[in-house]
Amino acid sequence: MKTLQLNSITNFKFQTMKTMKTMKTSAFYALLTLAMLGCSDDDTTPEIINEDELITTVILTLTPDSGDQVVLTTVDLDGDGPDEPVTTVVGSFSENTQYQGAVQFLNETEDPAEDITEEVEEEADEHQVFYTISEGLNITTTYVDFDDNDNPLGVNITLETGEASSGSLTVTLRHEPVKPNDGLDSAGGETDIATSFDVTIE
Amino acid sequence: MRLFALLLLLCCSMQSYSQDCNNTLYGSLLDIHDGSVLTGATVIVAQTGVGVLTDLDGNFVISNLCSATYQLQISHPSCSTKAFSVLIKDDTQKTFKLEHHLESLNEIIVNGKKTNRATKSIYENLVDQKTITTFSSGSLGDALNSISGVSSLNTGNTVVKPMINGLHSSRVLIINNGVQMQDQEWGAEHAPSIDINAVGTLKVIKGAGALQYGGNAIGGVVIASAPKVPLLDSLYGKTIFSGSSNGLGGTVSSSLTRSNQNGLYTAFQGSLKRYGDFNAPNYNLSNTGVFERNIAATIGFNRIDYGVEAYYSLFKNEIGILRASHIGGAEDQVQAIASPVPSIINDFTYNIDAPRQDVTHHLARIKGFKNIENIGLISLQYDYQQNNRLEFDVRRGSNKDKASVDLVLDTQTLTIDVASDISEKLTTKFGIVGSLQTNYANPETGVRRLIPDYDKYSIAGFASGNYDINQKWVLEAGFRFDYTHMNVFKFYRRSFWQDRGYDNQFSDLVVEEIGNQLLVNPKLDFYNPSFTIGSKYSFGLYKLFANYSLSSRAPNASEQFSEGLHHSASRIELGDLQFTSETAHKISLTLQKIGERFDFTLTPFATKIDDFILIEPTGIRQTIRGNFQVWEYRQTQAQMYGLDLDANLSLTDNVRFVHQFSLVKGYDKTSNEPLISMPAANTLNSLVYTNPNFNNISIAIQSNYVFRQNEFPNTNFEVVLPDSIQTVDISTPPSGYHLLNLNITAAIRPDMQVGLYVNNLLNTSYRNYLNRLRYYADDVGRNITLQLKYNY
Repeated sequence: MKTLQLNSITNFKFQTMKTMKTMKTSAFYALLTLAMLGCSDDDTTPEIINEDELITTVILTLTPDSGDQVVLTTVDLDGDGPDEPVTTVVGSFSENTQYQGAVQFLNETEDPAEDITEEVEEEADEHQVFYTISEGLNITTTYVDFDDNDNPLGVNITLETGEASSGSLTVTLRHEPVKPNDGLDSAGGETDIATSFDVTIE
Repeated sequence: MRLFALLLLLCCSMQSYSQDCNNTLYGSLLDIHDGSVLTGATVIVAQTGVGVLTDLDGNFVISNLCSATYQLQISHPSCSTKAFSVLIKDDTQKTFKLEHHLESLNEIIVNGKKTNRATKSIYENLVDQKTITTFSSGSLGDALNSISGVSSLNTGNTVVKPMINGLHSSRVLIINNGVQMQDQEWGAEHAPSIDINAVGTLKVIKGAGALQYGGNAIGGVVIASAPKVPLLDSLYGKTIFSGSSNGLGGTVSSSLTRSNQNGLYTAFQGSLKRYGDFNAPNYNLSNTGVFERNIAATIGFNRIDYGVEAYYSLFKNEIGILRASHIGGAEDQVQAIASPVPSIINDFTYNIDAPRQDVTHHLARIKGFKNIENIGLISLQYDYQQNNRLEFDVRRGSNKDKASVDLVLDTQTLTIDVASDISEKLTTKFGIVGSLQTNYANPETGVRRLIPDYDKYSIAGFASGNYDINQKWVLEAGFRFDYTHMNVFKFYRRSFWQDRGYDNQFSDLVVEEIGNQLLVNPKLDFYNPSFTIGSKYSFGLYKLFANYSLSSRAPNASEQFSEGLHHSASRIELGDLQFTSETAHKISLTLQKIGERFDFTLTPFATKIDDFILIEPTGIRQTIRGNFQVWEYRQTQAQMYGLDLDANLSLTDNVRFVHQFSLVKGYDKTSNEPLISMPAANTLNSLVYTNPNFNNISIAIQSNYVFRQNEFPNTNFEVVLPDSIQTVDISTPPSGYHLLNLNITAAIRPDMQVGLYVNNLLNTSYRNYLNRLRYYADDVGRNITLQLKYNY
């Protein structure tokens, strides 16, 4: 029994040495092959990708028949990057006034800026812009543009103000919502834009 | 470790007494082709006339044998009867192999060789050919789900990603015909690119014990092997047709093998799977169809002492992703979660629209082996894989038909190993594995790359051995070292680069600045040692497996380089360039009893993972598209415990009761919170009636109860809506549920088998915690599948 064990140990050593030699040779060829395969790869740097469908900018321009325009703008140049969108409100609403509103969606990472509004209008049946007014803010909006199925689109609207008040106005662009719908809550689809503005009626 | 030592001591203290005629033979019976177990075979001892049946695992036990040579006659309903002679001296274990006729029409080959196991000290779970056949219309993940302790991370019902004891993705290696799959396994919504119909046997090793396959298998290894080809002149094959009521589609799978006595063989296999929208009990799951096409061909030459084999397979799978799951930011999520039904329900269709995945995987492999005296069996294998993953999102304008993700992953691997039988008792295996991997993200997508372009070079060496101390004890140990170098080119957003402070730390990595993006070239090196030691102790009707393994895994490209909106999860995912490798220590034990009427295996385990990489929500990011939850990868200390139990009780000769229970608990030790996405405890109980004398009929009624996951981290968050502030409850797991399944199979002719499988018999509405689409829709309802299998 003991001899057998000894034998097997010597045998093991002998074989290990032999195996090691074979292993070394094999390893050499393996590395050589891989090195050869590896050389075929040259270090070409990848091409930059600028997001195609990025919307960086929303501009809602509200024009009264007479008086000052109100321009609401949101800009977020790094898309889903860490920089927060910057919201600016230029002008304030007047009491009991009707405004013609037009919203514009831009991709300003391109030069010149790409106007995404055109795409939204071309695919009117797959889009809808919603305007949500916070409680206490005396504003009502009405759709004035419609898709081929006579469902509202919302690139152009009429906005009417009431008594002096303040609150938020939210612009939401939904892609592939259920149309027709009873508003944002039942529309489903995918939010492409959701931006809120603090506004006042003076 | 203390527990391990204690158990070792415990085992040593047990003694077994064997007198002259008090020996026991523990036999197991396998199919010679694919090593699958043969159940219900009759084993008769010629000298005594004592007869037993093999159990579900193909095992049998004959007691009260004298120390002598016995003649055994083994017969199986679908095999020719064969006689074996066995020398009994003390308690003896032996594996017998029969030619299984239902699978291939050949003659018997007697083969005394040991079963081909990848590890000795970890209990290996096996899914046999018969069970695999029942999953012909499903996926690899579905078949694996039948094993205790294996669950899955699902995206709907067609993307099924295996999870072993709560771990998944890069922590689970999938070996397809000896090739480690490189199919972008990092993504939670990426299922393995393997055709279940091409698989002969499926083995699961829970843990990193099988070092020849990789040292990074912190979760475990899944080994899928093609059926083995016999050394005989034969032409055989089979075709399986399945049709299902849910999804109104079917699967056809066919294989043909030509083998020759001179060792030359060829095999072809193909399958086609087409389903339309599946449905939940109360509604259609719109856009959940699947279209899968696979072919595989093998040509080889086997002369026992040497041989070569070339293999090629093509896997192509188009999968629709539930339309209602494609949403924008947190605002949409509030609505989706609040709504009891999906926001989009259309009529049934076979069309697969966006969002969808289209995956193509090519695998080519050539291997050779030669048995050299005094050295052992030397094997050399080269394989090439290409995985092209296309993901289509709901897009606008001219981009409609353009993929949002288009990644091509090319991998070449060269493996050399030497397996030596140093002595009767000692066997060793050494090997070297080198690989080259290139990831290319197509810029045509017009969407910033989810995974950057990279080249990865790795080389590994391993050595393992096992030593049979005596009939009762087997010791095993192994060591492996992996070196990985990654050369990455990635465009970072300048805002992110600065936000993370990388501009101070890694300014030297910046190659170029273009607009608001930076091209960065990180070169990363990882050194990963892994180690395993274990033993198997057999005593009486029992076997005890004990194993400790140390494994370490380099972070994957997704964990390091994610940076932006992951559309299919509607969240922003951020990786970390500075991650180090994660290291796991796992202790697992298995107590197995193989009895005449009652068998069980009980596998408790404990895992400690240092620098465990997990992704968790860290806040809300405001963007022009609304609010998105930000999920950041981070490293922590994790601990996991659990157990898997399998039991099998024969009530009568024809009726048996099968029980499975799995439990896993995982904790983040840094935050002292439960780990996210841990499978809930579940139990599977079946009553099975089989009658080999009556068309080999098998009727199984199966009850599957999945408990509610009661431990989870709270990752809910608040979102400001135009008119309110709402909490988005994304963390609360759904309720527990109970499903009833019915499986009936019968051989209507010796060469023809029919199967009727009813899943979710009661059409129960349920949602699974590990299904990523659980926020949007119920899981699938009742599905009746009729299957016809024809052997020729």
